[in-house]
Amino acid sequence: MMEFSIWDLIRNLGVGAAWTLGLSLTAFVLGGVVGLLVLAARVGPWPRLNRLAKAYIVVFQGTPLLMQLFLVFFGIALAGVDVPAWLAAAIGLTLFTSAYLAEIWRGCVEAIPKGQWEAAASLALSWGEQLREVILPQALRIAVAPTMGFSVQVVKGTAVTSIIGFAELTKTGSILANATFQPFLVYGLVALGYFLLCFPLSRFAARLERTFHARSH
Amino acid sequence: MLVRIDGLHKHFGANHVLKGIDLRVKEGEVVALIGRSGSGKSTLLRSINGLETFDDGLVEVDGERLHADQTDLRALRLKVGMVFQQFNLFPHLSVGRNVMLAPRTVRQTSVAECESLARAMLAKVGLADKFDAYPDQLSGGQQQRVAIARALAMQPKVLLCDEITSALDPELVNEVLATVRQLASEGMTLIMVTHEMRFAREVSDQLVFMHQGRVHESGDPKDLFAAPQTAELAAFLGAVG
Amino acid sequence: MAYQFDFAAVWAYHEMLAQGAMRTLALTAVGAGIGVAVGTLGAVVRAWRLAPFDRVFGVYVELIRNTPFIVQLFFIFFGLPSLGVHMSEWQAAVLAMAVNLGAYSTEIIRAGIVATPRGQIEAAASLALSRFEIFRHVVLRPALQRVWPALVSQIVIVMLGSSVCSQISAEELTFAANFIQSRNFRAFETYVVVAVLYLLLALLVRQLLLWIGRRFVVGRPAT
Repeated sequence: MMEFSIWDLIRNLGVGAAWTLGLSLTAFVLGGVVGLLVLAARVGPWPRLNRLAKAYIVVFQGTPLLMQLFLVFFGIALAGVDVPAWLAAAIGLTLFTSAYLAEIWRGCVEAIPKGQWEAAASLALSWGEQLREVILPQALRIAVAPTMGFSVQVVKGTAVTSIIGFAELTKTGSILANATFQPFLVYGLVALGYFLLCFPLSRFAARLERTFHARSH
Repeated sequence: MLVRIDGLHKHFGANHVLKGIDLRVKEGEVVALIGRSGSGKSTLLRSINGLETFDDGLVEVDGERLHADQTDLRALRLKVGMVFQQFNLFPHLSVGRNVMLAPRTVRQTSVAECESLARAMLAKVGLADKFDAYPDQLSGGQQQRVAIARALAMQPKVLLCDEITSALDPELVNEVLATVRQLASEGMTLIMVTHEMRFAREVSDQLVFMHQGRVHESGDPKDLFAAPQTAELAAFLGAVG
Repeated sequence: MAYQFDFAAVWAYHEMLAQGAMRTLALTAVGAGIGVAVGTLGAVVRAWRLAPFDRVFGVYVELIRNTPFIVQLFFIFFGLPSLGVHMSEWQAAVLAMAVNLGAYSTEIIRAGIVATPRGQIEAAASLALSRFEIFRHVVLRPALQRVWPALVSQIVIVMLGSSVCSQISAEELTFAANFIQSRNFRAFETYVVVAVLYLLLALLVRQLLLWIGRRFVVGRPAT
């Protein structure tokens, strides 16, 4: 058994936490981009695409994130391509994030009065222009707080990627727990690490929520 | 004929709301659509720029034809402006930007040109000084006049007005009606759904009374008001008069 | 050569999958039952500001909501034994789910309690109902009615999240999937089937709980 001082533990977990943060940011940004496309498909004037986007959201919200990661991991492997864990993790988490963000944003878009679409349409703006110039700028304002709130779910979601072998915070914790025989301490520190990442985000989201409600009433 | 509507039919589920509407509007003509709520007048108005689809028939504005199931509405909407009961100004844009949005986005006019156009339109409705204000800083009457300026900025051939004074406090109605009256006198083609009977009689060239999804009676407003030919119109005028 | 899908290799294990699904349901039922009970207690304590317990629940809620479920599970299963607390995989999984759901439902139910119109309580008080009766009939029950859909969504989320309990070898649906794919070497097909099973479970549990809500929480047929 190797000797680990508490500082060794913290240093190693810090590296894991950096990967957690990196994966979270990647999934959140890419998930946001894909989510915007899913949103467009979900609310656009194309019935078939609407149904497809709806199914996409139902599937990703109705299955465990772990299954989604397994399917990406083993699915890409079927094509004969060897996927590194980080790539499977990034793809899986991006898709997961995109589905949730699309659904959150759909709620925000649908909160905009129908008259705004109609006014924009009657000015001969195309559907895309209506969305871009009139609807999204307004929907964005109400979307900020719940989007921020969902970022906490993304950070926590990255922990599941430890199972497909991505060496983020949880995986690093598991390795250290086995090496040091101090699971209580190590998992306590791991939990603390997530808390330090997530708590400020939660607080920020809650504050945005309050200021928004204060402004709109 | 600037506007031609032939045999327009529309169903909302089992409800047959437009039962074969024919309507002709000449350039520069002012048409007032009146009737009880549910008579189909708003639905008819909203069909003219494709906000409502219809099941059968034809709408033509200045040679631009619209059929049932048509999805490309841009060409038609470039010729048809619309003003709504609830104003529907864009709250995230200043008054000036509200007016500039469509010319800028749709016609791709330069910003400088759009701005001078917007200022001219706002001056026309008497709100030149509100260019940088936001919609929520204006009274209802002012918002509605901005909405008119916004529609005019696209230089439409015909302007549709959907109960544009119904959401206003009584003391604000007149400023909006004055704007519409001015447009009419300048030769703008107008089709309006209205409950302001006196205004309809005074301004319109053609009065259309709708009843149960049909044009029940139409003609010169002076004649219709003086001597309604049908019991329904007489009853309607009696009730609102 | 293109990959040949072979779902028959998964069907061969259908009994094991059915058993795994039943165990996931059982895990969810017990975990959700305890979790909602904890959440109701927490919501009351928080809404009534019963010092010092409201603080305790406040910290509990924040700790759980800002850490991943899998870390909570590992902490309970691997960490607690060093304090002399030993439990089976199954017990650890149930405990982790209950603790997790307890925190979320504390906040969900609290929101429902806080939304009670003041006039309702005053009306009840004027009818000489006791404080406990008022709470039970005028505050808690309507609060649960209000937040039931949100609670149902959270229970479904916890059920889907229980997939990671396979990592401590709790024998639920994902555990069965892992076992099967190690035997038939058909990982993709196996996980496709299991993902579909989870989807069906999620839809089923949601409908069932919403029905229970209409039948027992509201106490009358939905209008």
